[in-house]
Amino acid sequence: MNWTIAVPEIVLSVLGMMILLFGVLRRRDSTQVCTMMTLGAFLLTGFLVVTRVGGVGYFGQFTVDPFAIFIKALVLVGAALALMLSLDYNREQGIARFEYPVLMLFAVVGMMGMASATNLMTLYLSLELQSLALYVMAAFARDELRSSEAGLKYFVLGALASGLLLYGISLVYGFSGTMDFRVLTQALASPAEASPGVIVGVVFVIVGLGFKVAAAPFHMWTPDVYEGSPTPVTAFFATAPKIAAMALFLRTMIQPFGHLVISWQLLIEIISIASMILGALAAIGQTSIKRLMAYSSIGHMGYALIGLAVGTQVGIRGVLVYLIVYIFMSAGIFACIIAMRRRGRALEKINDLSGLARTDPALALAIAVFMFSMAGIPPLSGFFGKLYVFLAAVQAGLWTLAIIGVLSSVVASYYYLRVVKVMYFDAPAPAFDRRPSALSFVGAVTGLFTLFFFLFPGPLVAAAGTAASVLFG
Amino acid sequence: MNAAGFPVLSLITWLPLVGCGVILCVRGDEATVAANARWTALWTSLIVLALSLVLWADWNPNDPGFQFVETAPWLPDYGVGYKMGVDGISVLFVLLTTLLTPICILSSWEVIQRYVREYMITFLVLETMLVGMFCALDFVVFYVFFEGVLIPMFLIIGVWGGERRVYSAFKFFLYTFTGSVLMLLALLAMWFYAHTTDITVLLHTRFPARMQFWLFVALMASFAVKVPMWPVHTWLPDAHVEAPTAGSVMLAGVLLKMGAYGFLRFSMPMLPIASTELAPLMYTLSVVAVIYTAYVALAQEDMKKLIAYSSVAHMGIVTVGIFTFDVQGIQGALFQMLSHGVVSAALFLVVGVLYDRLHTHEIARFNGLVDRMPLYAFIFLLFTLAAIGLPGTSGFVGEFLVMIGAFHVNFWLALLTSMGMILGPMYMLYLYRRIIYGRLTKIDLRNILDLSPREVAVFAPLVVVTMWMGVYPTSFTRFWEATVSQMVTQHQQALLLTKPAVQLAEATHR
Repeated sequence: MNWTIAVPEIVLSVLGMMILLFGVLRRRDSTQVCTMMTLGAFLLTGFLVVTRVGGVGYFGQFTVDPFAIFIKALVLVGAALALMLSLDYNREQGIARFEYPVLMLFAVVGMMGMASATNLMTLYLSLELQSLALYVMAAFARDELRSSEAGLKYFVLGALASGLLLYGISLVYGFSGTMDFRVLTQALASPAEASPGVIVGVVFVIVGLGFKVAAAPFHMWTPDVYEGSPTPVTAFFATAPKIAAMALFLRTMIQPFGHLVISWQLLIEIISIASMILGALAAIGQTSIKRLMAYSSIGHMGYALIGLAVGTQVGIRGVLVYLIVYIFMSAGIFACIIAMRRRGRALEKINDLSGLARTDPALALAIAVFMFSMAGIPPLSGFFGKLYVFLAAVQAGLWTLAIIGVLSSVVASYYYLRVVKVMYFDAPAPAFDRRPSALSFVGAVTGLFTLFFFLFPGPLVAAAGTAASVLFG
Repeated sequence: MNAAGFPVLSLITWLPLVGCGVILCVRGDEATVAANARWTALWTSLIVLALSLVLWADWNPNDPGFQFVETAPWLPDYGVGYKMGVDGISVLFVLLTTLLTPICILSSWEVIQRYVREYMITFLVLETMLVGMFCALDFVVFYVFFEGVLIPMFLIIGVWGGERRVYSAFKFFLYTFTGSVLMLLALLAMWFYAHTTDITVLLHTRFPARMQFWLFVALMASFAVKVPMWPVHTWLPDAHVEAPTAGSVMLAGVLLKMGAYGFLRFSMPMLPIASTELAPLMYTLSVVAVIYTAYVALAQEDMKKLIAYSSVAHMGIVTVGIFTFDVQGIQGALFQMLSHGVVSAALFLVVGVLYDRLHTHEIARFNGLVDRMPLYAFIFLLFTLAAIGLPGTSGFVGEFLVMIGAFHVNFWLALLTSMGMILGPMYMLYLYRRIIYGRLTKIDLRNILDLSPREVAVFAPLVVVTMWMGVYPTSFTRFWEATVSQMVTQHQQALLLTKPAVQLAEATHR
């Protein structure tokens, strides 16, 4: 058996347990050390991931292909960025505990499993490993009412979604007799013969996964969880888990259920349209920037799902390009949100940003770059994400999707611009506290990436293209 | 690239960003930073202007195609590349942009005291975007620059604008953005159909007639807002009134040309069937713009609003010219665009001079300025006459050529378009009379000062260009003569080739 293909996951798990032991045995506060060690573990795993050759192991349950490698690299980048954001915030909020990096590490192990899962059982187990860690993280500020509420809400609704997903999996298994993706692909090769039971199962799987990527109409948990969780946790939610869940969604829909595309295409289209419209309209009235970002992320998932709705290689490439762009924008904007502190108190109202261009030009510039990018204005990176998914939609002749997509991006641009307006057009409020260097670092790296993506889109688009092509191999 | 292998277009496009980088690097107290930003921006834009004169000097008037072409790989798939080049249609707009930018920077030297560094950066970024847009020979590259203009302009109106600046900035942004995203769909459809976004290839791609219709509609959504054509012009008066003087100058001088340029670069040559079919619609909208907005201008109480409405009327003449598909008509449209770019920019500067002194645009606040400001009165008169198309100024040549083109289409079109020439003097001279003549009765005007040397330096180049264009138009028309006649020939050929095919298709359909 070719067990070595899972070496990055195994190494990361072992390191996680060692960090946990270290944290428990050490008398003094070890958060800082554990966080650094976790970052190191991510770095090492990232190296192992990109240098590994592909293959299939564990009786077809676990696959390493360019798609998995691509997603794992993105997940690790997102997690590392989110972890850096937590360093100072957790200390200042009095929630610095060494379990935080460890929980994040195990969530990442789950996500890496999700990227490689080629069996419905692996899929479910890694999804749960990820989710359980995330539930705890949402409630990490346990003395705070909002955070506990967020954790509980996330847990209850997440458990419901997992139940639906599991039910869908059992239906698919019951009617096709297998859980293996490759065998499923062959079993479902002729859509005409697919039994209604399988179709119902696929619908349940879509619902469960739709919940995990927070697409409308399964988005209800998102605003509350985003608002209630400690901000670095929100930053983490907005990056790595979205990537992993979307990867799972793509692989499941394209590989085993790829032949049923006629059956599920309309469903994904509806989810995509609902997410785009909801993301655009519901965000307009928000006053909290964290809730705003929650609705914005729903909208972004809607755009990414356009690519899946198209169901072609070009479409999947579009989704992957969108994810690259999205992960950097999200990590960056949350770095800026965490930097919003005045006299030691964390702020999250949009109006707290007023006149920021005067008091802190660099931070204001960074936020403006992310906002314009999320609105999809070229030459910023967000435009290229949208360009590739819309291209796929137009190629496939899905004009409804494309037209609703571009128009909702106009509506959405209104609330992104509102943030810019508050920062640049309004009278200055008192300045923010000095921000820690980790935030400046993350903000600068992601900001420069967003700003200068247009100079080097080639290699990243090519990598996304390679990753997308293996799903259709 | 020119003969020496020197990438002049890229240099002109990207050099302003280098200036931005320099401005960002300066440290020190606020006054130092501001002074430094002003000088850096001015020198950068002057160097860019000097470089862009290479285009003027090295131009080959006999070549109807693209000159100074540069290519570089950019997006690997489906032949999207970084491709720059100019032909007769675009070259003078590049020069117009590089001329107006230093003028804008100089004109805001003392007025802008808030966020000076950011102000200079936005103007340099705006220059990059505008020049890049006129030079782009790839539709995706074009779109990136075309949309990129929104960001600096939104900030210019919103940060340095007047009282209702937030409303105007949002209106400007949302109007233009809505149009642009529909153009994006057209871009994607053309990309998918032709498997490339290279404009030189798209110019020779024959799109099916039905597809042309939808493409035209989608492109028009974007370009008509930019021109702006009636009835989507309402963002323009708001944007102009609230924008700072230099913002209005760029808006009227160059941004309005983006729409007409788009029609000339994309709609007309790439979609010949649809543009011929829809030409009556374009005539109607243009004529309405010419007559209706002229009357609206007559009723304005605010100087900037008046000139804004006059811009809509003048741009209506441009769109008539473009859709005559006639050599004179298109040449006239180009000349009118260029002339309007200089003259309306100058008129906004003229208004800006008064605004700097009294902080109002209201016409009723001024009278009898000729007593205190003779030099100002002279310059105002010159540009007023140019705006109404007096022979010997730049305004005459363009309108005259468009009239010839319109006569080639039909008599009524020419008659209705020429109404603009009658209404123009009405509102412009009425404005001039109210502000400059009469007795100086207002107390706060008693001590108003005439133009300072800096202001004279701002106006001097525009005066020279206006007179030069009026007296010796050949030095400008020589740039586009070859390109325009080739365009018109190709347009007619395309129609001839497709006509039988259309009839055949209709016959089989029956």
